[in-house]
Amino acid sequence: MALSQQIQNTINGIRGDFPTTQALLIPLLLEIQEEQNWVSTESMQGAADFLQLPLSKVREVASFYTMLKLEPIGKVNLQFCVNISCWLNGAEKLMACAEKRLGVHCGETTKDGKYTISEVECLASCGTAPVVQINQDYYENIDVPKLNELLDQAEKDLAQNRPVGKSTQVPGVWP
Amino acid sequence: MKTAAEYVEQVLTKHVNEPNCHTLDFYVKNEKGYEALRKALTMKPSDIVDEVKKSNLRGRGGAGFPTGMKWSFMPAKPVDANGNSKPKYMVCNADEGEPGTFKDRLLMTKTPHKMIEGMIIACHAIESNKGFIYIRGEFHKEIRIVQKAIDEAKAAGFLGKNIMGTGFDCEMIIYKGAGAYICGEETALLNSLEGKRGEPRLKPPFPAQVGAYGMPSCVNNVETFAAVPYIINEGAEKYASFGIEKAGGTRLYCVSGHVNKPGVYELPMTMTLREVIEVAGGVRTGHTIKAVIPGGASCPMLRADEIDVKMDYDSLAKAGTMSGSGGVIVLDETVNIVEAVYVLLKFYEHESCGQCTQCREGSHWLARMFKRILDGGGNTDDLDYVAKICGNMAGQTICAFADAVTGPALSSVKKFRSEFEDLIRNGGLHPDKGMASSHAKEGAHV
Repeated sequence: MALSQQIQNTINGIRGDFPTTQALLIPLLLEIQEEQNWVSTESMQGAADFLQLPLSKVREVASFYTMLKLEPIGKVNLQFCVNISCWLNGAEKLMACAEKRLGVHCGETTKDGKYTISEVECLASCGTAPVVQINQDYYENIDVPKLNELLDQAEKDLAQNRPVGKSTQVPGVWP
Repeated sequence: MKTAAEYVEQVLTKHVNEPNCHTLDFYVKNEKGYEALRKALTMKPSDIVDEVKKSNLRGRGGAGFPTGMKWSFMPAKPVDANGNSKPKYMVCNADEGEPGTFKDRLLMTKTPHKMIEGMIIACHAIESNKGFIYIRGEFHKEIRIVQKAIDEAKAAGFLGKNIMGTGFDCEMIIYKGAGAYICGEETALLNSLEGKRGEPRLKPPFPAQVGAYGMPSCVNNVETFAAVPYIINEGAEKYASFGIEKAGGTRLYCVSGHVNKPGVYELPMTMTLREVIEVAGGVRTGHTIKAVIPGGASCPMLRADEIDVKMDYDSLAKAGTMSGSGGVIVLDETVNIVEAVYVLLKFYEHESCGQCTQCREGSHWLARMFKRILDGGGNTDDLDYVAKICGNMAGQTICAFADAVTGPALSSVKKFRSEFEDLIRNGGLHPDKGMASSHAKEGAHV
């Protein structure tokens, strides 16, 4: 499958920044992930053709990094940090709550393709633990009522076809 | 109780709670923004390296290597086999992911120009014209903020061609990671920067000889770069005076877990671990400390009676642990140590890159053994096996990841052996006692 024109333009725009073509591979795969919500074998072939790299090189990189998904994920990717500081502050409780509400286990996607629950490694938000990352956005100091609010909001945004968890504003005062 | 500012001048975090502190305007008006760069560009590169050496600044990423020394390893005029000159690269390690550490994210969000200015000065010091900032892919907002700061600096003439009319060119490129803890290791980071799997490289050759794209490169942490403008502005002696003999300056300690006021605190290294925890409001009210991890998840843990140790690199090393990346994690008496260490081991099991057998298999074995003990299937031989496996891991692999896995595993068995023995004797962790299970149950009822 050929890559979209937009992705090709983005990658061509940064070619001059790097001394090698292979350096463009991770930015390219991240763009594909962002556009398609996963990195399919066809996209990998597209990436290999575009950068003139062997498919095996593309595949070995795509399979190494956690953010590159080799299967489609939901429109809303609920990522719970379950590392030590978040765990000490009740991350497992949030996870259990989301699993119950959405009816899927961690690592699974709901049948309607809306939600995926996943574990994410330490998000450097230990001082404001526990943290949930919804697509690109961080939500810190989360408890069960706040999590439910976030899920309600996501449901509304999905129903109205608004993007979820991709706010562009600069965060306020932190911590 | 004193605040952090009463202990030491807030070199890095003085303004982080003010609105718009991430903008160029704010930085120029309130923090002598880019004055250090102006001064540094009139200095000879070797003089900057000497100044940083004098400041006793040590790398803030975890290993604590003297920064000036690292810069001085860069070859002066590298050439390839045909005699053509080779470019040199400065690389910023912004792949913060050590559980318990959240200082670089604070610096990038709140004062990105400090890091960028420090990095331009560093480029001048090693005579490089290009810097790469490797940021974790998960940090979508931080990437946007740093990119905006780079654009602002470029528009103001602090980056790009002929900076401030001195003829010095410098450009800065952000490279996004894609989710791998191991890319915080400098040679894994370099591989990832080249668009490859983030697997650490065998050293030598060191990055100063063969680094990014085969060229001489120098990798430093965000906090390290952020300290450089102060050193140039106020002088190495003043910066060094905040620290101790072999380690200058202030440090950012990230205090998290069971404390009243978790957060990032800028403190002198002369303080003890107990004092650092007290600045963060102490252990949560009504509880007592059981264990403390003093420098991020990879560091061996300390018991409550061992926390009067000084927080500098050497004192912590003497106490059998590490100062690491400054992530202080406090665990109170409600925590079952075996369960807590299992949480850490699960992380390592997932993040081992898989290159070295000892680490790939060892981290899995350890996690599975801890799980078995928690589930009631353990026996006392297991504890000796933990030591045996750890002995086969530490120091036997390409990078220090395996050593990091053994830190919490070995220290917990050594210092909290009775908790393991209790679980083994009593058939595992009672379903109502463990933090995970009780939380999970609570969650399922809401």
